[in-house]
Amino acid sequence: MRIELERRAQPSALFAMLSPFIALGITLVAGVIMFKVMGLPPIDALYAFFIEPLIEVWSLHELAIKAAPLILIATGLAVCFRSSNWNIGAEGQFVMGAVAGSILPILFPEQTGAWVLPAMMIMGMAGGAAWGAIPAWLKNQFGANEILTSLMLVYVAQLILDWLVRGIWRDPDGYNFPESRGFSPEQILPEVLESGRAHYGAVFAIIGALVVWFMLARTMKGFEIKVIGDSPRAGQFAGFSAKRTTMFAFLIAGAFAGLAGISEVSGAIQQLRPVISPGYGFIAIIVAFLGRLNPLGIFAAGLILALSYLGSEAAQISLGISDKVGRVFQGLLLFFVLACDTLIHYRLKLVFSSNSARET
Amino acid sequence: MNIEMTEAILLTVFTAATPLLLAALGELVTERSGVLNLGVEGMMIMGAVAGFAFAQMTGNAYLGAIGGVVVGTLFSLSFAFLAITLVTNQVATGLALTILGLGVSGLWGESYIGLAGVRMETIVIPFLSEIPIIGRPLFAQDAIFYVSIALVIGISYFLFKTRAGLILRSVGDNHGSAHALGISVTKVRYLAVMFGGACSGLAGAHLSLVYTPQWVENMTAGRGWIALALVVFASWRPMRVIAGAYLFGAVGIAQLHIQALGYDIPSQLLSSLPYIATIVVLVIISRNRRLTLINTPASLGKGFVPDR
Repeated sequence: MRIELERRAQPSALFAMLSPFIALGITLVAGVIMFKVMGLPPIDALYAFFIEPLIEVWSLHELAIKAAPLILIATGLAVCFRSSNWNIGAEGQFVMGAVAGSILPILFPEQTGAWVLPAMMIMGMAGGAAWGAIPAWLKNQFGANEILTSLMLVYVAQLILDWLVRGIWRDPDGYNFPESRGFSPEQILPEVLESGRAHYGAVFAIIGALVVWFMLARTMKGFEIKVIGDSPRAGQFAGFSAKRTTMFAFLIAGAFAGLAGISEVSGAIQQLRPVISPGYGFIAIIVAFLGRLNPLGIFAAGLILALSYLGSEAAQISLGISDKVGRVFQGLLLFFVLACDTLIHYRLKLVFSSNSARET
Repeated sequence: MNIEMTEAILLTVFTAATPLLLAALGELVTERSGVLNLGVEGMMIMGAVAGFAFAQMTGNAYLGAIGGVVVGTLFSLSFAFLAITLVTNQVATGLALTILGLGVSGLWGESYIGLAGVRMETIVIPFLSEIPIIGRPLFAQDAIFYVSIALVIGISYFLFKTRAGLILRSVGDNHGSAHALGISVTKVRYLAVMFGGACSGLAGAHLSLVYTPQWVENMTAGRGWIALALVVFASWRPMRVIAGAYLFGAVGIAQLHIQALGYDIPSQLLSSLPYIATIVVLVIISRNRRLTLINTPASLGKGFVPDR
């Protein structure tokens, strides 16, 4: 028995909508099997994973805190992926955004004017965009593969952060811990509601997703990105520059990741540490694909992946399940999303004898 | 610098380079068949944890290495099913393989953290190992090192001197024509991906059995990605992979030796050298676009659906 593909005359609109849900369903089934294998009660485990974090107000705030960076980064990545620019270095752009945005609070803690927070956010976006511009420039100028350069820059960014917080940015009153000084209250991104910790990063995520949705769906720039991504040659004939699009996409993705970085540091962590991200930049890749590279879909997908972070913490506390399980879920989900996307363009046929294909 | 120190440095360079060499060789064969598998890092980390696990269970490092190869191969099959059978986007699927590999290995290896591993013994080849300077680094090594050298020669011969190698390259250069000639593109590509998985698995096992015989989460530390860059650097030729791998092995080792010399250089700067070197090398190689275009397998990264 083998599987054969038959191209659909038109992409199936039904499966374009259904495939993320099918993928989620398969991931849950895989989760049940995984928990069975690990000798855990699957229903209790899944409950702890996916329901428990949703029933209390404080944990909904945590969900927003985790979802905001994922949505912001993934929205920027959608612009890259749609134009066939494989930026997988968002984690590095996130870190460099956090570093650039932290220049003010760490070097000038006495600056507490109303301009400080906006300036920090803009510097964060600039830092992320600058870091994103490097692979774009190397691709445009030398044809260097952006997948590899953007990823290598993640390691470099993490080492720069490590060097800063262990060296010149270490808190002088911090008992030699590798941490920067805590940010002044005026330099901390405020909470949105009184009921919990969720900060303005969540608002940025909503605005960012809406802006990019509008750009992609309603503007010439969005059309250009899509054409360049689908067919660079057609784009050329239309007078679109692939190089300009590459730079644009990386700048947007870098700025969004940078904004996510400084929001996380200023809103949630409130100081710099050697590690400031639980892999948001990589998990955002899953968010982007689960959201079908559409900012509105990404919004929903970001909440789901944020739930996988919270779920693994909750399940560890209530059932003693390893927090690594969340990572496996995240990986499986991307796998199944990609597999289900095949259904949009192809019909699957099971062929039971190897000769039947030749006769048709 | 005296002879003993040179020998010691060369030995560490070759040891550090072996996983890079193995993973890059496997990926080279995969890419020659037209499939871009970005999941090297994930297959490597699976090989590392499996190698450690099987060596723990059996107390035998060789069985550990075989475990690494088997798990690397099986893991690559999941990529093959998606990328070849379901013609998914190869870049995204490779990323998924890496993310999944890092997750599964973290879960699998959780109970191994802090355990002393089984170290693979060195095999000293009499007489040859007594040659000054290059004797010990080349002929007093572990079995995986010897396998890696044999693979370089074997793959070179296979790709350019055998009919099967020609078939593999034809599938990578023009899958439509290969299909028209009656070659099963799917079968060739499955085998090439599995070979890549086996090599990456062995490369990972080398890390957890030879280089640092223990299990540390994310212990591959980007080596899989560097291996991918090495394939580009080598312009898809096995003999050039060896040069690139040893160059990068040297860069990776240089940081330890520079630190030992006591210069006041931030350790983070030294740690970032392999990654910066990768970018520099990619830029230098890619500048010559004609050379890159001539050597790149023409169907690289493109899915194939036979039209019947």
